[in-house]
Amino acid sequence: MRNVFAEEITRLGAIDQRLVLLSGDIGNRLFDRFKDGCPGRFLNCGIAEANMMGVAAGMALEGLRPVVYTIAPFTTTRCLEQIRVDACYNHAPVIIVGTGAGLSYAELGPTHHSCEDIAILRTLPGMTVFCPCDPVELRLGLKAALDHDGPVYIRLGKKGEPTLHARAPSLRLGEALTLRDGGEVCLIATGTLMAEVLRAADLLAEAGVKARVESFHTVKPLDEARLAEVFAGCQVVAAIEEHSRIGGLGGAIAEWLAARPAPPRARLLSCAVDDVFLHQVGSQDWARSLFGLTAETIAGKVRDALAAAR
Amino acid sequence: MIAALKDRAALLRARIIETSHRTGTPHLASCLSCVDILTALYFEVLRLDPARPDLPGRDRFLLSKGHAAPALFQVLAMRGFYPESRLDTYGEDGGVFGEHPPAGGEVPGIEAATGSLGHGLPIGLGMALAARLAGRDNRVFVILGDGECNEGSVWEAAMMAAAQRMENLTIIVDYNKWQATGRSDEVLALAPLADKWRAFGWSAVEIDGHDMAAVVDALKRPPEAGRPTAIVAHTVKGRGVSFMEDDNNWHYRIPGKDEVLAARRELGVAP
Repeated sequence: MRNVFAEEITRLGAIDQRLVLLSGDIGNRLFDRFKDGCPGRFLNCGIAEANMMGVAAGMALEGLRPVVYTIAPFTTTRCLEQIRVDACYNHAPVIIVGTGAGLSYAELGPTHHSCEDIAILRTLPGMTVFCPCDPVELRLGLKAALDHDGPVYIRLGKKGEPTLHARAPSLRLGEALTLRDGGEVCLIATGTLMAEVLRAADLLAEAGVKARVESFHTVKPLDEARLAEVFAGCQVVAAIEEHSRIGGLGGAIAEWLAARPAPPRARLLSCAVDDVFLHQVGSQDWARSLFGLTAETIAGKVRDALAAAR
Repeated sequence: MIAALKDRAALLRARIIETSHRTGTPHLASCLSCVDILTALYFEVLRLDPARPDLPGRDRFLLSKGHAAPALFQVLAMRGFYPESRLDTYGEDGGVFGEHPPAGGEVPGIEAATGSLGHGLPIGLGMALAARLAGRDNRVFVILGDGECNEGSVWEAAMMAAAQRMENLTIIVDYNKWQATGRSDEVLALAPLADKWRAFGWSAVEIDGHDMAAVVDALKRPPEAGRPTAIVAHTVKGRGVSFMEDDNNWHYRIPGKDEVLAARRELGVAP
């Protein structure tokens, strides 16, 4: 995904002279082509994210489209106040890119994990939170973010994530994309965990349960129309995310449910990261499995919930 | 020219004090220490057209010490960004004139919301970089408080501005020697402040921030090649009113009716 981001930002930068790329001293060689193609529009802002975010806001207020890029915790919580005041309150259309979100950097330890970013950024007025599930959504979402008049947070994985959309769909921020049609079960997921979610849908299909799969690439604004549809049509809706179970996609859906006039037909099931720091290191897959974020565990939970609902 | 600027500064001080009394708005002393700098900027230095506050070639100004907004609101009105009568709504529920410069174009002439300290310089640096990218020759001026220089983001921006050789960026530190609860040289080790800016790669000068001719001269001086400019302006908190000067109680205190009259007399501004 990192490489796809670099490719796409280079392509877009050649077309859109407003685009400026700000890096927090990462991405060595990754942006060489951008630097060649967009002279003067790459700025290494050093390891100084608070300043970087303020600089980006200043540029955005001047009509530029700054894209701020560094590892997820440092481009979000590290400079949260600058995001809140300089970008959101000032309505400065800064694109904030967090790479290696969730448990992508499980081997680096909790300093480099980012399982709170969706929750925290989602509370900021005016912020859009976009978590592409694959390179196709990333490419389309990046363009949509550039066209959007307001700050956007783009939550990336690391590299080598598979392409999941067979054809490039028409993507609009805030509109979920249906990856599979189904019946009594709907798996709603956001971000790069989607590959595992599709495998969970395969396992469910083998067990005779046809699961609908929805990519909620945009967690804010939430696609409420799609939620209304699946909660009316299904018995079990699972919110699946590589993020804390506090305040992420599942939390956002629970808030939406709480504001509904009547209880829905479907029950909500949350598959997410527990509210803990992970004190051991390991691969991303290992870390996901610790929190039950594997196809097998997700499918099992959904089948249990479905059995209970019947 | 200097005499006229001084008269304006005295009138601004009187209006700020009166508004504080009328609306209960604090940070009076923090406003009074930077009034001369604001007056010089808006009436002698900044390239701007109040009738067209969005003109691309305008100089940008950011009041990074946003709690001095009561001074900025007055100077913007006096400069003609909006009618002075608009300030009658100051402090009203649902109004826009409060304790900090608001966002969203609510008040013409305000480039960005400030008030959370340590934000204005990075935003100004972004604006200066944008000007350079666009090939515009406008300048960016930012007023910082001395207490504000506690914030790490100020020094992050200082290093980046020096690395980027931002000649078009000038800061003025309103060095009034106080922050909210103590002497700014004691709370954190701020001194030697001008040398700090020099060490960070800036061209730095020290001036008396109440000597109008010196303020205008420092602001108008062409920048040193390849360096951003820091003007360390030695000021007095509460300047202009004897019983407020260098008394940090006036960081939050609101003047009574008699105090407003006494202040007006001292400033030579008729009621």
